Amino acid sequence: MPRRDDLDSILVIGSGPIVIGQAVEFDYSGTQACRVLKQEGYRVILANSNPATIMTDPEFAHRTYVEPLTPDVLEAIVERERPDAVLPTLGGQTALNLAMALHERGTFERLGVEMIGANSEAIATAENRDRFKQAMTEIGLAVPESGFAYNLEEALEVGESIGYPLIIRPSYILGGAGTGIAFDRDDLERIAATGLAASPVSEILVERSIAGWKEYELEVMRDRADNCVIVCSIENFDPMGVHTGDSITVAPAQTLSDHEYQRMRDNAFKCIRRIGVETGGSNIQFAVDPRTGEQVVIEMNPRVSRSSALASKATGFPIAKIAARLAVGYTLDEITNDITGETPASFEPTIDYVVTKIPRWAFEKFPGIPDVLGTRMQSVGESMAIGRTFPESLQKGLRSLERGRAGLNCDPAEAMWDEWSDSELVRRAAIATPDRPFQLEAALRRGISVERLHEATGVDPWFLDQLQLVVDERRRLADLGGPDRLGRADWRRTKRLGFSDAQLAYLWNVPEADIRAARLTHGVRATFKTVDTCAAEFEARTPYHYSTYEDDDEVGPGRRPKIIILGSGPNRIGQGVEFDYCCVQASFALHDAGFETVMINCNPETVSTDYDTSDRLYFEPVTLEDVSNVLDVESATGDVAGIIVTLGGQTPLKLSGLLPPDLVLGTPPDAIDLAEDRERWSSLCRRLGIPQPPGGTAVTVEQALEIVDRVGYPALVRPSYVLGGRAMEIVYGEEDLRRAMEELSGFGSLGREGGLSAERPVLVDRFLEDATEVDVDAVRDATGEVVIGAVMEHVEEAGVHSGDSACVIPPPTLSAETVATIESHVRAIADALGVIGPLNVQFAVKAGESGDEVFVIEANPRASRTVPFVSKATGVPMAKVAARVLAGATLASLREEGLLRDPVGGGHVSVKEAVLPFTRFPDADTLLGPEMRSTGEVMGIDSSFGLAFAKSQAAAGDELPGAGTVFFSLADRDKPSGVTAARRFVQLGFSLAATSGTAAFFEAAGVPVETVVSKVGEDHPGGVDAVTLLRDGKVNLVVNTPRGRGPRADGAYIRRAANQHRVACVTTVAAARAAAAGIAERAANQLTVRTLQEYHEAEQLPLA
Amino acid sequence: MIREALLVLSDGTTFEGEAAGFWDPEAGGPATGEVVFNTTLTGYQEVLTDPSYAGQIICFTYPHIGNYGITGHDSESARAFCRGLIARDLPPRPSSWRSERSVHEFLQDQRLPALTGVDTRRLTRHIREAGSMPAAFGPLDRFDETALKEAAQAEPGTEGQDLASQVTTNQPYTVGDGPLQVVAYDFGIKRTILRHLGHLATVEVVPASTPAADVLARRPDGVFLSNGPGDPSAVGYGIESIKQLLGQVPVFGICLGHQMMAAALGGRTYKMPFGHHGGNHPVRRIATGAVEITSQNHNYAVAAGSLEDTEITHINLNDGVIEGISRPDLRAFSVQYHPEAGPGPHDASYLFSEFERIMGA
Ligand SMILES: Nc1ncnc2c1ncn2[C@@H]1O[C@H](COP(=O)(O)OP(=O)(O)O)[C@@H](O)[C@H]1O
Ligand SMILES: Nc1ncnc2c1ncn2[C@@H]1O[C@H](COP(=O)(O)OP(=O)(O)O)[C@@H](O)[C@H]1O
Ligand SMILES: [Mg+2]
Ligand SMILES: [Mg+2]
Repeated sequence: MPRRDDLDSILVIGSGPIVIGQAVEFDYSGTQACRVLKQEGYRVILANSNPATIMTDPEFAHRTYVEPLTPDVLEAIVERERPDAVLPTLGGQTALNLAMALHERGTFERLGVEMIGANSEAIATAENRDRFKQAMTEIGLAVPESGFAYNLEEALEVGESIGYPLIIRPSYILGGAGTGIAFDRDDLERIAATGLAASPVSEILVERSIAGWKEYELEVMRDRADNCVIVCSIENFDPMGVHTGDSITVAPAQTLSDHEYQRMRDNAFKCIRRIGVETGGSNIQFAVDPRTGEQVVIEMNPRVSRSSALASKATGFPIAKIAARLAVGYTLDEITNDITGETPASFEPTIDYVVTKIPRWAFEKFPGIPDVLGTRMQSVGESMAIGRTFPESLQKGLRSLERGRAGLNCDPAEAMWDEWSDSELVRRAAIATPDRPFQLEAALRRGISVERLHEATGVDPWFLDQLQLVVDERRRLADLGGPDRLGRADWRRTKRLGFSDAQLAYLWNVPEADIRAARLTHGVRATFKTVDTCAAEFEARTPYHYSTYEDDDEVGPGRRPKIIILGSGPNRIGQGVEFDYCCVQASFALHDAGFETVMINCNPETVSTDYDTSDRLYFEPVTLEDVSNVLDVESATGDVAGIIVTLGGQTPLKLSGLLPPDLVLGTPPDAIDLAEDRERWSSLCRRLGIPQPPGGTAVTVEQALEIVDRVGYPALVRPSYVLGGRAMEIVYGEEDLRRAMEELSGFGSLGREGGLSAERPVLVDRFLEDATEVDVDAVRDATGEVVIGAVMEHVEEAGVHSGDSACVIPPPTLSAETVATIESHVRAIADALGVIGPLNVQFAVKAGESGDEVFVIEANPRASRTVPFVSKATGVPMAKVAARVLAGATLASLREEGLLRDPVGGGHVSVKEAVLPFTRFPDADTLLGPEMRSTGEVMGIDSSFGLAFAKSQAAAGDELPGAGTVFFSLADRDKPSGVTAARRFVQLGFSLAATSGTAAFFEAAGVPVETVVSKVGEDHPGGVDAVTLLRDGKVNLVVNTPRGRGPRADGAYIRRAANQHRVACVTTVAAARAAAAGIAERAANQLTVRTLQEYHEAEQLPLA
Repeated sequence: MIREALLVLSDGTTFEGEAAGFWDPEAGGPATGEVVFNTTLTGYQEVLTDPSYAGQIICFTYPHIGNYGITGHDSESARAFCRGLIARDLPPRPSSWRSERSVHEFLQDQRLPALTGVDTRRLTRHIREAGSMPAAFGPLDRFDETALKEAAQAEPGTEGQDLASQVTTNQPYTVGDGPLQVVAYDFGIKRTILRHLGHLATVEVVPASTPAADVLARRPDGVFLSNGPGDPSAVGYGIESIKQLLGQVPVFGICLGHQMMAAALGGRTYKMPFGHHGGNHPVRRIATGAVEITSQNHNYAVAAGSLEDTEITHINLNDGVIEGISRPDLRAFSVQYHPEAGPGPHDASYLFSEFERIMGA
């Protein structure tokens, strides 16, 4: 069945902001879908609120809506575009839910829009756990027994009838609140109670717990002709009970016999057919009892998923791309396998290597949240590694994570458990945490048996035996005693087990360079194999490589000068999809400019690791050793024009000083260091006469105290060479300061990431209060010309990390001359640093009686988080321009080419809002601070600040209320400014609630407060307490700024309650003012949606 | 404990590895045979015990072989007829509730030599380019490169070799309890096939050399032509019997049986460069257009265009090789691939029902 010609235009729904559980993998699938549908000649309409994504760049669709993904907005888009079909299966849960919402509204039917990929019936059956279980039972597939309960009695009834252990899973919850495993009646009562409370519909699923069983996933594809194939099988290292997204997972399945595997395959086909996913990919999860082989189905995702992105990268079979083709009518046998170029896609990939995916968590950013893994996903990113054996891929994957680990232990951090007794170590390893693999290795190294560890953890003995091989090899190496003692065979065996040079350097306490030198003298170097979907049965056309230690290389000769782009590694808070965006844009731009682009990255979720993004792809850890290996083989097969280190965030930047300087493109490594090194940077600012917040650097508490004596409290403490304000803190007194310094050194959360030293000192600054923060992105070329992409004004004041605060283009409140000052500072800094390529500078502007004072906070001679936002707001492809400049082009020449255009503006305002993961961590304090904690971002564009801000809030998931009660609880210094905001809300028809102090202040200023709220503990006549108020849904918006000059943690209980009861909460008066403006304008105007393409054609835009 | 070993192909290419499996302590030469690669991810035991591999050294492309051990149920015959095993890695211990012993123990029991630590991908790519060829491997403390090369070149290979006669049963025997009567020619028959047939019929398994007359004398509802090793054209006596059977009774052939039936119908067979050995080959069932993912294991195939008035029912979508033929008028059909799986996907099991149908008719 060929392409459907009855369709002309197709709406693709993206997945919105990056959140835990729904990350960059959907930029990958969405981008693939858009590209394919465009190639197929359809008119592609894209809706996605996430400006950081590649798919939302205007060239990927005909009509790109960067608008909130809410039913109303999507309906407006459908009304405006009248697409023939909507493809909802490539944008994660968000797209599915949205499509279902519009289906239920009757919108699609009314406007004759067909749902392709999966129909509403199929989605409903797969998504509703109850209907799914019924469907499975119908076709004879086993599922864990379960029943729903709506109160304690029912819970006990169901539970007792099923038998313990039981898993309790509340319906419609995020963040895992209320999920738990009960081993007896008491547990059940306790957990059921919390579960019922946690569920908005007080409904819980009480299910037989099969924690400890082996967990598997199959990626299935089906076409209109009912051909089904399995693309990949995945086995979880962590058994059932740890969410697949939080498990180390391995492809292909390792411990299933063909007998069992084929049964699972048959069941998967039965499942997808029964659910009725007509075309595309689905992910089906199974559990297997290791004692009996009993198989049960856990769930099915009727759409591409995180696992299908992984499966695509693991096998070279591009699931999303093919799913898109299937959705428009093709059958699998009509599609050719890109990689072989001759065989059809109607086959099952087979691989001749082992793939390991390892999640990356961000617990260190949420103090008080235990790092225990469970049935709800908490990781924020992942690394994937390919090796010829499991140990090799595991060790590569662990060093890809960039947690300061060189592999599976055998590095300084392994000392962490030394003081624990054997039984303590086993006890800890039994609890799934990010440290588990390291603890298992440590335990085996102490001689604790595989059997005992299997007993304790449920990890399959096969995996533990493999870890044992690493342990044995390490012992052998330790006995050998040094690099010069190893022969060729020893080196080969060691490297084949995945040991990094860094691990051996640690083991023998010699420089890493000596290790490399020693093994090279024995001719033991990395060889590069190819990912080809067929285990070499057919010749591969696509240069998608991974390193291993074998006999020969498969890297072909290069034709054109090559540029190596270093990617940004696993996603983490502070370094997300924005940097992948920059790398991918660079790759496209440089390819067009006639270079051969070579991508190195280890993140399976991204577009950068798609085999057809760059001319060559190396799926490798972004570490010195692994990058050097690629550099060697690339130099051997052609001429390497240079390496780009300034587009992938902090990851490649860290390597800049270690790579051959003549190959590092753009800003010289020394200038990069100059910007990072506090001393050198300060003296530069002094020379340029650009004010900085007073401060200094310290390695010890004493030094820190001494600085504070000079600059005074509050002070801001932050480590150097970090991103995302890692471990950054505002301290209000000596006690704070001492604690902060503790954290940074030794085994504090940052200590693990490298600790403190003269090379990595702490920066201690005077904290500028009530200052407006400003971000600037610019590019400077070799001739010294500088283009300013945009000056962004933050909504929240300095002190809230730039990554966590909303920011606006153009600046709504800054005076023209302040902007001019800022721009001249940026030019001065760019020149002084000799920047060639991208530059980001952050400022804090303090209003004084003698006009604004502009302080520079930091300059990063690299592409920043805001580059994609700037490009979407102004129409200037900043990343492409930066890449070309890095490769030697001048801005003048790019202007001629037409690549560099003048920013559009005037007609519209763009607001970027951060999206925070607090719903995943119900107990975390939602107060924003200098440590970045947002996982993603959204963009609101409209004709005025108010409207754009309102959109940004809706897109971020906290729709501003139209009426009701606003609850104020303000710090003293915020009360004066708070009054204006409060008055505004009253004018808009809201009623006010406030804590006693704030209420008194408002009343005195003549602003009526309806409800006086007493703080916990304090009893106020007639006052209710805040938590009750929030729980009872009596509040529609919370404005809570940290009180007094004390630690910013005050009022945490209010914010926590707001978070738990899903009430919008802002923690600065600035944001409250913006919210009021948004509410007002939204009420006065009706919703309009517009495409980026329209905005970028500024002229045609009727000025609102 | 590591025993360095070497693999030498008849074209002189060498591969380093470590000796594993069974090596006769004092006597005995190196392991020799034709090297073929198999791309299946699971089912190593079925493959190692499949008589169709007689005379061959099996190189698995998946690196870890032996993960879930060995269990009686999964053996496709009484013993391994292949000449050796090559893998990137044999894990120390199996892990599976089904496992009865480790692959290491299995190799000892079967007196089967193995070579591990090999860059099996390089070997596979070499065979892909140069074709499957004779080879020899052994521990370096026993054989040197020249000895191994000579041994490799002394290997006859499979062309013109009647290997079926070496693996067939020498006594007829009966399996299964189905309602019908089937006589199954054993050219190297797999147990999974017998399991399938056994549900349909009482199956009398007879030696490869059994004359057609003896078979017809048993008044079967149908005759099954089994899979088996080597060159179909070398099994002339078998082809003769098939000629006499066609038209007399319904006939169903698999793999070697398919090739021999084609030969009996006047078709020609040829040796492929490296054959099909795996579990992921897409085959089109022409009647419906549907695609089946199939289990494959053959080095010979039926030449396109060499058959008149025979219907081509299945083709391989990767390379167009003929995968199935049918002669409704003679109530005979056969497939090149393995609908019984063992190992591999179950997509084509309908063919056994098809056999049942034509026997009933
Ligand atoms: N009955 C059960 N007993 C123990 N663990 C379970 C059970 N059901 C699911 N889990 C665990 O919870 C995780 C999440 O469950 P799943 O149904 O996949 O939800 P999600 O939609 O979040 O993926 C699974 O990966 C598995 O590890
Ligand atoms: N002296 C200061 N006064 C007030 N806020 C500051 C000061 N220095 C930094 N900040 C705040 O801390 C945040 C993080 O600091 P920054 O140096 O940008 O770290 P990162 O390199 O992680 O972006 C900034 O976005 C700003 O809001
Ligand atoms: Mg799941
Ligand atoms: Mg910053």
